[in-house]
Amino acid sequence: MTSLLEMCAITKEFPGVKALDNVNLTVARGEIHAICGENGAGKSTLMKVLSGVYPAGTYDGEIRYDGQTAQFSDINDSEALGIIIIHQELALVPLLSIAENIFLGNERATKGVVDWRETFRMTTDLLDKVGLSEPPGTLVDSLGVGKQQLVEIAKALSKDVKLLILDEPTAALSEHDSQALLDLMLELKAQGVTQIIISHKLNEVRRVADSVTVIRDGATVSTMNTHTDDITEDRIVRDMVGRDLSNRYPPRPHRAGEMLMEVDDWSVWHPEHKDRQVIRNASFRVRAGEVVGIAGLMGSGRTELAMSIFGRSYGQNISGRVRMHGREVDTSTVGRAIGAGLAYVTEDRKSLGLILEETIQKNTTLANLPSVSRHGIISEGEETRVAERYRQAMNIRTPSVFQKVMNLSGGNQQKVVLSKWLFSEPEVLILDEPTRGIDVGAKFEIYNIINSLSEQGKGVVMISSEMPELLGMCDRIYVMNEGALVGELTAAEASQERIMSMIVTDVVDEPALGAAE
Amino acid sequence: MELAENKRANDGGSLVQYLSKHLREYGLLVALIAIMIFFQVVTDGTLLKPVNITNLFLQNSYIIIMALGMLIVIVAGHIDLSVGSVMGFIGALAAVMMVNWGWPVWATILASLGAGILIGAWQGYWVAYWKIPAFIVTLAGMLVFRGLSLWLLEGQSVGPFERSFQALSTGFIPDFTGLGRPNGTALVAGVIAVMLIVWLGLRQRITNRKYGMEEEPAAFFWARTIIVSGALFYVMYKLAGFRGLPNVMISMVVLTLIYAFITENTTLGRRIYALGGNEKAAKLSGIKTERLTFLAFVNMGMLAALAGLIFAARLNTATPKAGFGFELDVIAAVFIGGASMSGGSGKIIGAVVGAFIMGVLNNGMSIMGIGIDYQQVIKGLVLLAAVFFDVYQKNKA
Repeated sequence: MTSLLEMCAITKEFPGVKALDNVNLTVARGEIHAICGENGAGKSTLMKVLSGVYPAGTYDGEIRYDGQTAQFSDINDSEALGIIIIHQELALVPLLSIAENIFLGNERATKGVVDWRETFRMTTDLLDKVGLSEPPGTLVDSLGVGKQQLVEIAKALSKDVKLLILDEPTAALSEHDSQALLDLMLELKAQGVTQIIISHKLNEVRRVADSVTVIRDGATVSTMNTHTDDITEDRIVRDMVGRDLSNRYPPRPHRAGEMLMEVDDWSVWHPEHKDRQVIRNASFRVRAGEVVGIAGLMGSGRTELAMSIFGRSYGQNISGRVRMHGREVDTSTVGRAIGAGLAYVTEDRKSLGLILEETIQKNTTLANLPSVSRHGIISEGEETRVAERYRQAMNIRTPSVFQKVMNLSGGNQQKVVLSKWLFSEPEVLILDEPTRGIDVGAKFEIYNIINSLSEQGKGVVMISSEMPELLGMCDRIYVMNEGALVGELTAAEASQERIMSMIVTDVVDEPALGAAE
Repeated sequence: MELAENKRANDGGSLVQYLSKHLREYGLLVALIAIMIFFQVVTDGTLLKPVNITNLFLQNSYIIIMALGMLIVIVAGHIDLSVGSVMGFIGALAAVMMVNWGWPVWATILASLGAGILIGAWQGYWVAYWKIPAFIVTLAGMLVFRGLSLWLLEGQSVGPFERSFQALSTGFIPDFTGLGRPNGTALVAGVIAVMLIVWLGLRQRITNRKYGMEEEPAAFFWARTIIVSGALFYVMYKLAGFRGLPNVMISMVVLTLIYAFITENTTLGRRIYALGGNEKAAKLSGIKTERLTFLAFVNMGMLAALAGLIFAARLNTATPKAGFGFELDVIAAVFIGGASMSGGSGKIIGAVVGAFIMGVLNNGMSIMGIGIDYQQVIKGLVLLAAVFFDVYQKNKA
């Protein structure tokens, strides 16, 4: 195999920061090349250099593509040569159809008049290739994230792609959709499309990649061949963080104290389609010091369960009972839910958890302002003290608590959200995907925080799509499917296979449920 | 430890860095002063004559009072296009109450403010609880209240009013020192204000240092304090040379201080900024976002009513055209003052300075005899330039 792409000694400096320091990347023709690294390691910067977002001349080093020296002055130059990036945040127009999105800016038109017949015919072909069976006229809005991802890939294929770059393509996908996407990547490889995948998920990397390049602190640490080298996930992790993480899940003694929270017969209907039941008679218990997991596929209703309990923030026609310490509590508004001792750490920290334009300090105190104020007047000094305390306790890496949270990395942002909810002094914290999109080192810190919460006798409910994480962290795991809690496993009983089989048998046993949707 | 390093970085000759970070805040003040000096020169000193300074306050008081409410509405992520019409309507209502129905002044003022609150509640209800975009609700309000003023006045002007009502706008604080001219009250108030500014500034610096917050370099602090207090005392001295402190200036200053305090130091204010910064996150933090939105409009309605009363008192008559187009001046003032179009940021003091910039431009150009045509063009360009400057700064960062 000859190399399709060689990036030699790439150095990119921003005022005061060296984002890339002498990075080398060689991608062979027809392979899938994985790039791993912690958040902020420089992966995205490297891809921006490659695609011309940072034009030639603003960085040092050389890019050789297809045997030629490449000097891209913008993204159109790189696309013309078949280099196409699919970003983590999808760039589709929600209210346009699949076909319109695929040919956006590249319309099948003569003299400005669109040839819809040709557009639809080509779209159907492309959708076949990516295995998406939706009519080309479907609005992108009505597709799930997994299918939208496929539309993006179809769009890339429409441009005669030679080098496809996928930035964290499975971050928002369910297990099932992720597998489908990885299969598609292997199929594209068979058709000769060279691909670069940026991913945090090492099992995926091992599954599809031919080579792995690890970047740390803006420099290449290692490049491995998955076929010839002996690659283990631990080795990749070690290279990424620069130290041994002998145990990815810090151990915690099993503690289950008194009963803290009991939810019974919780039912919720969809906010718009009122005949559609989203949560079906869910009941669960959380004891003091316990970490309870909720496993399930994307769309099984985990987030909806949590949000409907937390101040009825989701759904309508909600019924059921919540008890804290055996006494029934009212959680019908967020304020009351907080008062009852609940906290909900959202899965979508940027749009639901943080005020990005505000400082760490102001975000930290937001859910419990009365604690830092008297007669409605905020004591700025007290507020700073509180924020500073959490900055140290959580190890939030920032020069000061007066930084805007938008300037922080994902892991540090998540710590700010956690600080906010810890400061509201809850008894039970519901953590929805607490480690999504954050790097290995920060994950470990989040796990440690969860353990210390358990130590303080708080109850933790952990919702996660990453089964190893649930298995590694939880004392008990509830399995959720189609809006119902279909099983409960203790840490000793639980395994990925058992959880999956509970989900699968549930579907087989009760086909009526699926039909009702 | 990191904090200490941070502080050192601030002390160590990073004046330029600090300035570039806070350029917007200083820029606004510098712009106001530069504009004043410019017009002072080109109008041969007319701008800063005591009688004209007094006029500046009288002419702009209602814009500034409405800008206080508008800032809050804009910070909360909305807009109010109806304030000009509402203030016209309230002026008309007050006129009809006093002149046609013979109501006493105090009852008229209370009823008018109450009507303003109801109007704000009406608009806030649709925006907050039905999620109808404020642009639409207040555009409708703009038409409705313009129409209602016409109907109420039957197309005529109604006036004049009793002296005690006129005093709302054109009255002056009596001189308790008996000095006469220069007016002793104004001088004393000037001295007290300067002392207050210095004392509050120093106290803030001490607090900042205590908690390791970012510190304004001493040179800037003193330069700013000296310029601000100097300008303030100069203005007070000039006012003393005419008839002293206008009543309306006192209401304006008091309201500005109250609103600055509410927005910067209270939980209520903090929650409004949070609401504008990210409504969903605020809601999930237990903040009653609907109620806050509602209250922002109620407050706006009340301030628009107060502005309507002051405007009617100043003209000594209510006309169907009163307040026409004022919403644009008010909104422009808030944006010139640095508020963000998407909500979540902006300061009361910025809105007030923004309103003064617009006011001095209006006044200066009128003295120069520049036609209303060019005046509009220039004001429009100033607004665009100010917002461009914001966006440019943001992109650079």
